[in-house]
Amino acid sequence: MKHIKSLTTKNLQNTVKKGGCGECQTSCQSACKTSCTVGNQSCEHK
Amino acid sequence: MIHQYKSNGYNIVLDVNSGSVHVVDDLVYDILALYETETKEAIVKKMLEKYQQPIYAGLYEEPISESLIQEAFEEIEQLKEEGTLFTEDTYRDYVFDFKSRKTVVKALCLHIAHDCNLGCKYCFAEEGEYKGRRALMSYEVGKKALDFLIANSGTRRNLEVDFFGGEPTMNFEVVKQLVAYGREQEKLHDKNFRFTLTTNGLLLNDEIMEFANKEMSNVVLSLDGRKEVNDKMRPTRNGKGSYDIIVPKFQKLADSRNQTNYYVRGTFTHYNTDFSEDVLHMADLGFEQISVEPVVAPPEEGYALTEEDVAVVCSQYDKLAQEMIYRRKKDGKCFNFFHFMIDLTGGPCVAKRLSGCGSGTEYLAVTPWGDLYPCHQFVGNEDFLLGNVDDGITNTEVQNQFKLCNVYAKESCKDCFARFYCSGGCAANAFNFTGDINGAYEIGCELQKKRIECAIMLKVEEAMEKNE
Repeated sequence: MKHIKSLTTKNLQNTVKKGGCGECQTSCQSACKTSCTVGNQSCEHK
Repeated sequence: MIHQYKSNGYNIVLDVNSGSVHVVDDLVYDILALYETETKEAIVKKMLEKYQQPIYAGLYEEPISESLIQEAFEEIEQLKEEGTLFTEDTYRDYVFDFKSRKTVVKALCLHIAHDCNLGCKYCFAEEGEYKGRRALMSYEVGKKALDFLIANSGTRRNLEVDFFGGEPTMNFEVVKQLVAYGREQEKLHDKNFRFTLTTNGLLLNDEIMEFANKEMSNVVLSLDGRKEVNDKMRPTRNGKGSYDIIVPKFQKLADSRNQTNYYVRGTFTHYNTDFSEDVLHMADLGFEQISVEPVVAPPEEGYALTEEDVAVVCSQYDKLAQEMIYRRKKDGKCFNFFHFMIDLTGGPCVAKRLSGCGSGTEYLAVTPWGDLYPCHQFVGNEDFLLGNVDDGITNTEVQNQFKLCNVYAKESCKDCFARFYCSGGCAANAFNFTGDINGAYEIGCELQKKRIECAIMLKVEEAMEKNE
């Protein structure tokens, strides 16, 4: 494309069917004690 | 829904519902701003008017014409068809039955000591006492907490336990005993404990460091940054600064962990809104894993962040992001700033992103005498007492409120671009500022949004560097 460059990203809509296994870490932990961030965590369901 | 913003010379477009990130030229950027509210004819006319002005001459190899604008439209349409632009929010139905979802306990924050050897001025735990009494957790209570975690963790194998305080090294024998107990139990129940130690560092010695390196998946080392900043807010009980005592120990521990699996973690306040200097100071001390976050405080406190501070803090995040890019280019590597971390290719699923931080359901705090609270921030507020390690969760009414916490339950999250990254934010902050765990702490939201913009920009920069 000439006008748009897209980054490689995981499409969230594709995770609806297979997601939700719950093996991932809880969000609010350790290095983040109030400003909770979820988008920085890794999915453990590889 | 899209979110478009300019950062560090890039025009960035986030497609909120798919999580796609696009870098676009000025023409597409302007078209997208009008795309959902104006007709194509009107947009074409506006673009021609704008880009045929002399100041835009030379922006493109060819003069801006209707056919060039048409080409831009075609690229936009292509992304729409591919499901990476203007995608619909199809997740609302996903949360209709949130209350009846089955949750397991994944993590405990063990308040090993409600006592502290520092007198930090912003301490939400009131120097370790949490509006209550000084107390140390006994081995018996800690054991019951670990048993409770195992029994309520379902099939989940990885279990996280944070040794927290007050200051947990003031009761370190119990920490050691509990780790030994956990290691014994994990074999029996096919679990894997991931332990974390959060410490102010005063009592760190070779023995504790060696133990931490053997047993702790993560250590969190509290330091606010520059000496004068740290010592102002983190004095010892006799009023002296803590910086000179803790920094050499933290450096030694970080190096002994090969600069991984730890964080130096600080808090910035109204007194140091130039906190990027503190992050860089810690980087210059040799720390490679850094987390510094805004203080959460009642507005009447002098150190609380104000609405006027928001613009200053946001520009500090920009400055920090630019410095990180500069260092990465200069040295080939850069320290890691926890709050700019974002995983665009392997991050969590939508279920995770919708369901909030997990406090009160997946994550619980345990007091020294075994009471259970939704998280460490709620400890001491009896209205949120959930139960105890002997009887488990008995206050299901309050737990259900936390179970229902999700981004669609929060009015201000519904139209926010950041909702799948912060997942609705911190329930304790929301409660402290609005009296409702589903409320919004507006200053916190503004800063969170800025951090996400910076985090995405850093990924854009990385991708562009690779393409060069």
